[in-house]
Amino acid sequence: MAGKELVIVEDLHKVYRMGEMEVHVLRGITLKIDEGEFVAVMGPSGAGKSTFMNIVGCLDYPTRGHYILYRQKVSTLNTNQLAEIRNKKIGFVFQSFNLLPRLTAVENVELPLIYAGVPRKERRSRALKMLWAMGLKGREYYTPSRLSGGEQQRVAIARAIVNQPILILADEPTGNLDSVSAREVMVIFQRLNDQGITIVLVTHESDIAQYARRKLIFRDGKVVEDTGAVALQPLLKGGTA
Amino acid sequence: MRISLEVFAVALKTLSQHKLRSALTMLGVTIGVGSVIVMIGMGQGAGALVRTTIQGLGSNMLLVFSGSTTAGGARTGTGANLTITVEDAKAIARECPSVTMTSYGKRDFSQVVYGNQNWYTTISGVTPEYQLIRNWPLATGTFFTQRDMERGNTVCVLGYKVYMNLFGPERDPVGEEVIIHRVPFRIIGVMGRRGALPGGQDQDDQIFIPFTTAEWKLLGSALVGYASIIFASAISEDAMTEAEQQIRDLLRQRHHLPKDVPDDFTIMNLKDVAEMQAATGKILIKLLGGIASVSLIVGGIGIMNIMLVSVSERTREIGIRMAVGAKRSDVLVQFLIESVVLSCIGGLIGVALGIGSSQLVSLLGHFPMLLSPLVSLIAFGFAVLVGVVFGLYPANKASKLNPIEALRYE
Repeated sequence: MAGKELVIVEDLHKVYRMGEMEVHVLRGITLKIDEGEFVAVMGPSGAGKSTFMNIVGCLDYPTRGHYILYRQKVSTLNTNQLAEIRNKKIGFVFQSFNLLPRLTAVENVELPLIYAGVPRKERRSRALKMLWAMGLKGREYYTPSRLSGGEQQRVAIARAIVNQPILILADEPTGNLDSVSAREVMVIFQRLNDQGITIVLVTHESDIAQYARRKLIFRDGKVVEDTGAVALQPLLKGGTA
Repeated sequence: MRISLEVFAVALKTLSQHKLRSALTMLGVTIGVGSVIVMIGMGQGAGALVRTTIQGLGSNMLLVFSGSTTAGGARTGTGANLTITVEDAKAIARECPSVTMTSYGKRDFSQVVYGNQNWYTTISGVTPEYQLIRNWPLATGTFFTQRDMERGNTVCVLGYKVYMNLFGPERDPVGEEVIIHRVPFRIIGVMGRRGALPGGQDQDDQIFIPFTTAEWKLLGSALVGYASIIFASAISEDAMTEAEQQIRDLLRQRHHLPKDVPDDFTIMNLKDVAEMQAATGKILIKLLGGIASVSLIVGGIGIMNIMLVSVSERTREIGIRMAVGAKRSDVLVQFLIESVVLSCIGGLIGVALGIGSSQLVSLLGHFPMLLSPLVSLIAFGFAVLVGVVFGLYPANKASKLNPIEALRYE
């Protein structure tokens, strides 16, 4: 688990206001993820996994605490800078694929490159290469509705990695897939991890979590178990129950 | 995202996914732009019509009729009893400083025969100055001269319509003879084409003969020396009101009218008449123009409405785009461009429609439309502006969406 620190969160809190009610979703999370790790985030629903992922993915701000991504203090950045981080450093993979239904597979993969300002021709060739690497040759110009779930998720992964991110955040990527497609997707993640991309993955299924080398278990907004915590002992301040 | 051609292409593609919806949304802008163009075309056409009519009437012409007027300006006694004379006309030319020259005339209606052709038309006995005052060029031949007047020569100049009806377009009538009231007249010219007066009378449907000839040969001798109309030319357009006053004073004096007796003649300032008509037309056109601009605004509201629908329909798309790195400004631009493209296309169709229906109006309604490219450009510019203004709110709404909520949106 050697390598640079990629994600550092310290005493991360998130409170949602719902009218009069305050919902404390994250209650002080402190952890560190190094470059090249493959982390599975587990726990019951409502434990704060998705909120944690949103903050790590720069889609949301923490209410309190610090988040440092790649030596950059995210909590101080504005929305445009966050958008740029999402574009260049992070790739998202969702349970429901989240492909744009009107666009073809290759156009979906091109999306991040459009916002990165990559010229049209280069965009197309890079997107095609990604699709081919995902084993989708011949499906480049299909719209998502004509692709199987596994194929759609592979398009989504191609989109996530097309801009060469350092971190992939996958929120239950196999939740909508049959076991064969799920295995295919996990093999791809493993391969990407072997190439050095850091992967954080939320899952309910322990056999999916087996692919990861480290497990974080969330409960009630706290990390209650961290299999990689040994190395990070000094950072934990009462995280374990 | 830079605003490139590509953004427009993407917007076009998105809009083409809802063709009917986009078409209906554009309709408001299309109608707005189209009607603005037609209205302005009509307005400018009306203005030009008034100008050409005034010019066509002659240089700064005033008309004097027999008979009195009522306060409203409507002429009553339509020359039933003639009160103005040839001497009056000559006196006006001589004594009114603001009048350069005068002519006078009488008219009758008669059958005109040429060979086996005949035509019922107006016979106008006028003086040679008439052609100068009316500023009316000839299509062919010459107008009659002072000499023809003095001698009472049986010569005539045909109005264009009379010429067309008796001879047709191919034949040169100069030198031919026509029979008017059993009197043969030699044709010496044909007047150029003038068209109808604002009142509807066709100026091309008459024959001009020397005034004296009319008196002696055609109209009987009972009213010799009287004229039914005097044409007076003022020295300038600005001097017309002055000229009118001088003529009135002179004629009242010549007719020995006491102060409390109303005029026994009517002076008609055709410029005033034409301007009054134009003013009425302008009010109407302003009203219609107002309605047209309202429809442009309504069109804009239609765009805003449909863009709001589009934003909420595509909430998830917005979330996805933000997740992969779209900045708020990227989303804003995307939606703004869509509404601008909508209004641009609507505006272009509106311009085409406006020009097309203008042509139709001028063709079917015989109304001169004046279309300038500038007007089309401005109308189109307004359409684009409408797209920007009314697209801003939905686009801003889209860009302010929270990416997490947008991604969760079903």
